[in-house]
Formats: sequence, structure tokens, C-alpha cells
Amino acid sequence: MKLSGAQMVLACLEAENVEVVFGFPGGAVLTLYDELFKKGVKHILTRHEQGAIHAADGYARATGKPGVVIATSGPGATNLVTGLATAYMDSIPLVAITGQVATPFIGTDAFQEADITGITLPITKHNYLVKDIHEFPRILKEAFHLAGTGRKGPVLLDLPKDLQVEEGEFDYPQEVDISSYKPTYEGHSGQIMRAAAAIKKAYQPVLYAGGGVISSGAHAELLALSQKGAIPVTTTLTGLGGVPTEYALFLGMLGMHGTYAANNAVHHADLLIAVGARFDDRVTGKIDTFAPGARVIHIDIDPAEIGKNVLADIPIVGDVKLVLQEILKRLRPGDTREWCDRVLHWKKDYPLSYQQKDDHCLKPQFVIEELYRLTGGEAIVTTDVGQHQMWAAHYYRAREPRTFISSGGLGTMGFGFPAAIGAQVAFPAKTVFCIAGDGSFQMNSQELATAVHYNLPVKVMIINNHYLGMVRQWQEFFYESRYSQTSLEGSPDFIRLAEAYGARGLRATSVEEVAPAIKTALQIPGPVVIDFHVDPAENVLPMVVPNTSLVEMIGGWEK
Amino acid sequence: MKRILAILVEDRAGVLTRVSGLFSRRGYNIQNIAVGRTMEPGISRMTVTVDADPLTVEQVVKQLNKLVNVIKVSDLTDELSVGRELILVKVKAEPGRRSEIQQMAATFRAKIIDISPDSMIIEVTGEEQKLQAFLLMMQEFGIKEIASTGKICLLRGSKVTRELRS
Ligand SMILES: Cc1ncc(C[n+]2csc(CCOP(=O)(O)OP(=O)(O)O)c2C)c(N)n1
Ligand SMILES: [Mg+2]
Repeated sequence: MKLSGAQMVLACLEAENVEVVFGFPGGAVLTLYDELFKKGVKHILTRHEQGAIHAADGYARATGKPGVVIATSGPGATNLVTGLATAYMDSIPLVAITGQVATPFIGTDAFQEADITGITLPITKHNYLVKDIHEFPRILKEAFHLAGTGRKGPVLLDLPKDLQVEEGEFDYPQEVDISSYKPTYEGHSGQIMRAAAAIKKAYQPVLYAGGGVISSGAHAELLALSQKGAIPVTTTLTGLGGVPTEYALFLGMLGMHGTYAANNAVHHADLLIAVGARFDDRVTGKIDTFAPGARVIHIDIDPAEIGKNVLADIPIVGDVKLVLQEILKRLRPGDTREWCDRVLHWKKDYPLSYQQKDDHCLKPQFVIEELYRLTGGEAIVTTDVGQHQMWAAHYYRAREPRTFISSGGLGTMGFGFPAAIGAQVAFPAKTVFCIAGDGSFQMNSQELATAVHYNLPVKVMIINNHYLGMVRQWQEFFYESRYSQTSLEGSPDFIRLAEAYGARGLRATSVEEVAPAIKTALQIPGPVVIDFHVDPAENVLPMVVPNTSLVEMIGGWEK
Repeated sequence: MKRILAILVEDRAGVLTRVSGLFSRRGYNIQNIAVGRTMEPGISRMTVTVDADPLTVEQVVKQLNKLVNVIKVSDLTDELSVGRELILVKVKAEPGRRSEIQQMAATFRAKIIDISPDSMIIEVTGEEQKLQAFLLMMQEFGIKEIASTGKICLLRGSKVTRELRS
């Protein structure tokens, strides 16, 4: 079958069962958009390419399927950069298709030319500049394959304008054969036996689970291992939702803003079982004081993660779901009763806490607890980056995998709202909340137009502290309260901003107004922005003092 | 510590940038790099010398293996191998000193490949130490310019790099 390059893209989307693409047109993708028009593919037009790629990312995180985004050459392509880096750091499958100037113009500084494959080399799993139409079917197949297998990640295809028109034989490959790309899925059986033996011998084991658990769908196995082995479990930010929050041995998040129980358990562990996690510095604190007495079992699909930051005593390369299944088959629990008692005491005696005293000074934590209460923890929640993100991690307590969506590795402000749009597109009937910062929201608030345009009932709750709060907190703690450039004066009236777009705007400034505002928002069938005016002086606690060990924490649990 | 890596790569546009970019991005220093074809069409061989401790090198190798166009990475440092580099040296050579230079070149089994009224180009092949020694001697006459290929390596005996365990 002869197809043009643009038609090939659409045929590929069909073959890959892509139900929606996010994007923004321009000169170098006119032909592609023309085919899209003819075929009637579902396309979400955002108001900025960054919005499109974060939406595709949110879609991917909510569904597990690759998100697809299209942008034009030059500025369209460079607007994808932050989104690609965000997805790359959190191993999210994306396929980004950019237009490029026509082949004869490449390298001539032609109008809207940017070397996007060069620019995105370090922030994509792989990228392609298509130069020959005959290679394109293979490249399309490879792109989806690479994005969604092994350690997932974003793949970019740069497709010159002339190749969108040029025809070639299209026979979509069934199989991929990349001799140099063969991810290991099954763990080494000898290592798995050693891991099982180490678990049997351990008195103070801890499971430390990361985004890999969500990515491979290993939450059931993780819970089973924790239950059968009587092993307390903590997760990273991107692992949240991987363990049911009400589960007794779940200790919450670990790391810089981890719980007392989680950080102490890891610090005093004699065996640390890292599952799909990568020992990020926000997790470990000062690396040489991290889990000082623990042997380490490190399970990850990416061999390069093992031994990168922390040496593993028992490295296991493989898909964490498959590896956990094998460990479970051989599991004989050790004697961890005393340890579990101790850990549960920490959990009980040092809970996360805040004080909501004065009715007129609303605490951000209270707002998020109310959201949790009123949604039963059953909404999909996305976050921006900053204090509100940490409070969301602490108090929203997502129950299910893929319902807590946050930019972990890159920490991208402005991620939350477009990601919520993507999640809502994936699940039109679900309740989707974006817990936003007043600073972060303004980085992509133009996407209100998108939410209104497609009537996506996303609810944005702005935790409005009038500050770039997280930065302000660091200035308070470590720079003697010199608040350099962190006050957000001049921010818009968010109700009127929402209304200007045709969305609804609500506000809550006191304790009594919180629940009614959330309830009202839930009843409105379209997009809503709720502006919660919260205590600007509130800090995220506990906090590990930077560059110290995980147990050197500034309080927050005192009663 | 110096490590020598032989990297087999698919001969695709940008692959050199991918490999060298990875080194600089992750903070590993390339001391020497040579790229050339292999017997297999579409596959090139890069020989890279890095100065790093064993754990770092392990990490380099793993990161290289993640590049989709990288087929195989082998650390040749601890293998029995032969390595060579070729250098072209342009030295000042007034007529009065030519025979001296010629003698020196002969000692190093170097070849004179160009002569002009006041300079010569000498081609010399060998391992690092020999090349260093040669350059030291040539400095006496005055080196005007050098060009070098970078070091390339093969395993001794009949075993080929592809057969090494990675
Ligand atoms: C794109 C981007 N720029 C800068 C930062 C640095 N940064 C981290 S948190 C933060 C403050 C965010 O403010 P806001 O969205 O109001 O959230 P808050 O901390 O107040 O809850 C900043 C500026 C970042 N993470 N991302
Ligand atoms: Mg703020």
C-alpha cells in the first residue's frame, strides 16, 4: 500500500490503537494536520505546546498507554522541551512528533528550523530525524516500541515537511528488531533465590517502592510481599498510589519530606528492598548515611540504575512485577514481629500533623484533607510543584495506582493542570482534581481555554499562599528569611480569570467554606477553579535538613 | 585509571554525538577517541580511552548500552590486547639536520612521507609510550604540527571483541 508520510503517521496511530493525540499546528505540520482532519482523529488542541505535552504525559500516567503529541518545527518543537524532560525523568511513555523544515533546507537556518533531535538528545529515550520515507514505517513502529517497553520514556520523531507529502510503501511492521535493544524482563533466578534467602534472614526489612511499581503494574505483588513477609513499606513521590493508604504497614512517603516512620524505618533497616526506585537525592538525603546498616536488594528494569547511587548487595535486573512474583513463590517470612511493632509505634506516635486553629487562617493541609474526605480518595489527583505538592503527597493519600500524578524527577511547575486535562481526556467520567500552586498554575493557566473548549470538568484547587511557597520556605530556613523574589504580588483574581475563559470560579478563605466549595465544584459539570486562600507562613514538615541523614528531621509531629 | 572501551555502534547519523555527548553529560572525560568502520556494513567501531575508577566505568558502560544505536560495549583494559595509534608529525628540518632526523625516525621505525626545504612529515605508529618517546625526541628539532588517529585496539589471539562477555 502506497501512503504519504502524513498518512503513514495516521495509519500507525490506528495500528497502535491511539485514541487521542494532543498538539498544536504550524507550518511544518500542515500536511499532517490535513490528514488528521480528513481522518477525523480525536485531537486535543491546547493553547501552548507545553500544555499539549504535559497533557499527553498526564494521559500516559493515568492510563499506562503512550501519550502522543504533535508540534510544528522550530518554536513548536522547542516548546516541547520541558515536557520531554519531565517525562524522561519519570520514565513516562510518550511519542512526540514534530514537523521539520523540508529536507533540502535542513542545516540552512531556514525559517522555523531548530535542530530538535540535537536539542532533545539528552532528554529522550531515543529520537529520530526521518530522512528517507522508506525507513519511516520501521521508525514509527520502533518509536512506539521504545517508548512503551523496558524502562519507558519519551521518543521524538522529527518529520520533515517534504516527507509528509512524499509517498512510500507502507507495510506496518508487526515485530520490532533492534539488535541493540533487548530489555531484560525476567530476573536472574539465582539472584531471586538470594533475595528470598536475605528476606528470610532479615529482622528489620523495609520495602522502598518507586515509580517502577506503577509503571509495571506491580502494586498487587508489592502488597503481597509486604503482607506475606510482614515487611513495612514506604514509597517515593512517584510510587504513591502503589500501596493502599489504609494498609497498616504502609509508612507513607520517605525522603526529604518523608514521614518520621518511613525515614526511621529505612535508617534502621537491616535489609532494604528497593523496587523500581532509583535512590534519588531527594529520597536518600546524604547518600553515605542512607540506610547505613542495611543490605540492599535492588530490583529495576534498568541495569544502569543499579549501582549508580547506592551499591546493591543483591542486584536484580528485570520487570519488577515478574521479579516480585518469583520472589513471592520462594518467600519464607523472617521474624520481623519486634520490628513491625517498633515501626508501627513510630507511625502512631509521630504522625504527620498540623494545627487548624483559627477559623480565619486556613491551613493548606486541611484543604487537602477535605478533598480526600469528600472524594473518598477516589479522584485522580495531579499536582504542580512546591509546598502544595508535598501536602498533596501527605494528605491526599491516593489509594490506587495511577491516581496520583506529579512531576517527581524534574519537578516541573506548571505540570499539574495540563496533566489533569490529559487524565480527564482519558477518563471523562472520573473526578479529576489538580492541586495547584498559585505560582505553578500561572505557568500554564492558558489551558483553561482547552478545558472549556472540550468541556473537560477538571477541578483546579489553587493552594493560594501568595508565594512561591517552597522557595520562600527555604529562604526562611536557610537564608534568614530574606524573601528574594518569592512574593507573588500581581497575581490575577483567579475567579475572574476562570470566568474570563468561561469556566467557573469559586473561593474559600475560611474553614467553613472549604467543604461547600469542593462540593459545589463536584456538582458543576464543567471546569472549575477554586481559589483557596491559605496561611502564607505555613511550612512543609517534617523536613530533612539538606545534606544530612534521613533521621535528622525538623519536626512537625509534636503534639 | 585508564580504561579502554571498544564500542560497536550502528552507523547512523548522530551516533557519534550520542556517544560523545553521553560522556560529557555524565561528567566522564574522554582522553582519546577513534572511530572507523568494521567488516560488517552499517556498523562502526569506536575506541574510547577514559580515565575513571572501576565503578564509574561500570556506570559508563551501562549508560552506553542504553543508547539504542550502541550494539556492544567491551572493556578491553584487562584483556590481552594490542593497541596502536598513528601520528603524523611535521618537524622543522633544515638541510643540515635532515640525516639526524632520518636516523631517529629509523630507530622508531617511523617513515618519512614528505620533505620540503625546511620541514618533514613523519609517520609513526605504536603504543603510547613509544609515541611519547618519539615526540620527545622530535621536540629537539621543533615540532610544527601533529595529527593523530586516536588509539585503536584488538584482542590478541583468535577471539574477537564480539565474543567477549559484556
Ligand atoms: C519551571 C520551574 N521553575 C522554577 C522552579 C523552582 N520552584 C520549585 S517550587 C517553587 C515554588 C512554587 O510556587 P507555587 O506554585 O505557588 O507552590 P507553593 O510552593 O507555594 O505551594 C519554585 C519556584 C520549578 N520547580 N519549576
Ligand atoms: Mg504558592
